[in-house]
Amino acid sequence: MGAAIEVHGLIKSYGTTRAVDGIEFSVPVGQVFAFLGPNGAGKTTTTEILEGLRPRTGGEVRVLGLDPWTEGARLHRRIGVIPQEFHFFEKIHPREAIEYYGALFGLRPDPRTLLERVHLTDKADAKFDTLSGGQKQKLGLALALVNNPEICFLDEPTTGLDPQARRAIWEVIQALRAEGRTVFLTTHYLEEAELLADQVAIIHRGRIIVHGPPAAIVAAHGRPDRLRFDGGPEIAAVLRRETPLSVSLRDHEVDVELGVPADARRVFAALERAGVPWERFRIERDTLEEVFVRLVGRMDDGVLKGEAAP
Amino acid sequence: MNARRIGADLLLTARGYVRSGIGLFFSLVFPVILIALFGLIFSTGSSPPTLYVANADHNSAASEALLAALNGTGAVHVQFVEGQTAAGFSAYLGRQQDSIGLLIPSGFGDAYANGTPFNLSLYVNPGDAAAAGAAEGALEAAVNELNLAHARAVPTVGAAVYQIGGVSYSYIDYLVPGLIGFSILTSPMFAMVDVTSSYRKEGLFRQLSLTPLSRAEWLTAKILWYTLLTLVSAALMIGMGYLFFGARLQITASILPFLVLGPFLFVSLGMLAGSVAKTPESAAIIGNIITFPMMFLSGTFFPVSSFSPPLQSFAHLLPLYYIIDGLEAVMLYGNTGRAVLDLAVVAVIAVVIFLAAIVAFRWRET
Ligand SMILES: Nc1ncnc2c1ncn2[C@@H]1O[C@H](COP(=O)(O)OP(=O)(O)OP(=O)(O)O)[C@@H](O)[C@H]1O
Ligand SMILES: [Mg+2]
Repeated sequence: MGAAIEVHGLIKSYGTTRAVDGIEFSVPVGQVFAFLGPNGAGKTTTTEILEGLRPRTGGEVRVLGLDPWTEGARLHRRIGVIPQEFHFFEKIHPREAIEYYGALFGLRPDPRTLLERVHLTDKADAKFDTLSGGQKQKLGLALALVNNPEICFLDEPTTGLDPQARRAIWEVIQALRAEGRTVFLTTHYLEEAELLADQVAIIHRGRIIVHGPPAAIVAAHGRPDRLRFDGGPEIAAVLRRETPLSVSLRDHEVDVELGVPADARRVFAALERAGVPWERFRIERDTLEEVFVRLVGRMDDGVLKGEAAP
Repeated sequence: MNARRIGADLLLTARGYVRSGIGLFFSLVFPVILIALFGLIFSTGSSPPTLYVANADHNSAASEALLAALNGTGAVHVQFVEGQTAAGFSAYLGRQQDSIGLLIPSGFGDAYANGTPFNLSLYVNPGDAAAAGAAEGALEAAVNELNLAHARAVPTVGAAVYQIGGVSYSYIDYLVPGLIGFSILTSPMFAMVDVTSSYRKEGLFRQLSLTPLSRAEWLTAKILWYTLLTLVSAALMIGMGYLFFGARLQITASILPFLVLGPFLFVSLGMLAGSVAKTPESAAIIGNIITFPMMFLSGTFFPVSSFSPPLQSFAHLLPLYYIIDGLEAVMLYGNTGRAVLDLAVVAVIAVVIFLAAIVAFRWRET
């Protein structure tokens, strides 16, 4: 499969501030790519350059083989976009909005099917300015799908949505992927990226600090898995004495770091031998969110201490 | 240019416009209110004032002759008041509104017959100078006639007064083309300045840039919509002028080019003003600076010929002047040559501004 999106050395400056500082990545056709990063990291700037809404300061960008800024007219027929803050004409109904987009693209979409897909049928005939924030966002998604796009660019599509609506959007994204479409997603919800994305990139101050499949990123940058027991100092004491593993005790919880999964057997055997009773345990594993917080935090500390970024 | 896209955008524009209400009020209801208001104010002023007459010189031949002469001037409408003394009559007039009165004291007939100098009493209200002037003029003319008759003289010099164009135009006849011009200017200008700047602020234009709709198609849809509104509002104003205020206008197809080119010009100008401004607030200011002088100085409410010469020269710089002048040439004077000239000026300005608007107007930031 070829690349749907290719970015080489992309730079974007606003006056003296470098919002995007030489990033590289590519998204294969049919994959979901999640772009993560703290506020102001450069996600929207990058997304809008890919959509052809902003010119770039430097670097190479190809979307479906086209230059988004100079070949926008051809590109726009093949992509769908939800901007970070989606607005529409105040007095227009969702059904009419879909018909309008259909006419602009020379198509005849079925508004009902699209509105069902984003769970908005009950507001099909309500004025846009009476919709809630989440409902507006859903209309944005429906409009992004009108032209049957090969790539969907979704800038924070689930921000401000209730849990059910968020799951509905996830289903739409999974369906888009199943249909072979490419999805470029930005989000602040790490579990969303972990669930949906084939690849994630974390951008920080205009630079990509880590890039790859979510599981690989967690494996590379996460802490080892931990066994966590509900229990007091005697469990910690036994484990410190009987095993070489690193043990920590905090608020009646004992954490044991497992170097390899088989270390779990040594832990239970030691407790058994010592005859210490234990009631509940679970396995603690870093999520993408913990990795994100740690990586971004480390970068910020580094910047504060004046170190060069790794 | 794609007809389906223009049609879709026209439909969307119409829906938004009708549903928001305020725009519809300004483009359709407001002009009708203006016509009604100005029509009512100025149509009452054109009927002759009522002159109350107390005749204390009962049925003398001279008083009959005087009243006949007064009636003959047509400048006042004579209304008799019975059985009044001089003091009572003055008090009576004070109780009437806007009243002027003439008292013919007793002994007038005898004095006239004997040739003794005699004074009639005219009561006027200084607050209504126009009515007082009309009554004075009418009385002077009537008295003059009686004096001449007494001297058995024949008037040697007379004057006949004719109205230019063979028809006498009343204020309402000028008002209809003026107010059509007013709504051709204001309804697209105010709306387009607002729409252009606020759509940009809300990112709606960037969103439209992601569709195949082009800027020229978008602008064309707006022009079509405001042309439609102009046609309806012009029909309403002409109908009102005809039905309620007796306007005498020539309604021909030659009005149409003005009703199409006018909105074309001002939709483009509104978009140009909204595009060059950085914020909706500054757009509104720029829009007002352009609109307000034009609103009053192009012959909308007052004919440009009544202005001082420098102001007249200024009016000739305003595009709306040529639209109103052209509409008057068609609707009042049937002066085709002048209308064609006006139309040519309007067409050139409109095309230039349309092109400037397309150039200044950007979907996306650069
Ligand atoms: N039009 C602009 N002019 C000047 N600076 C801008 C402009 N747009 C964005 N920036 C700056 O560029 C940087 C990146 O902004 P961007 O909107 O891409 O961030 P983001 O990652 O999308 O953040 P968020 O998660 O808050 O949406 C920020 O520092 C922002 O202040
Ligand atoms: Mg953003």
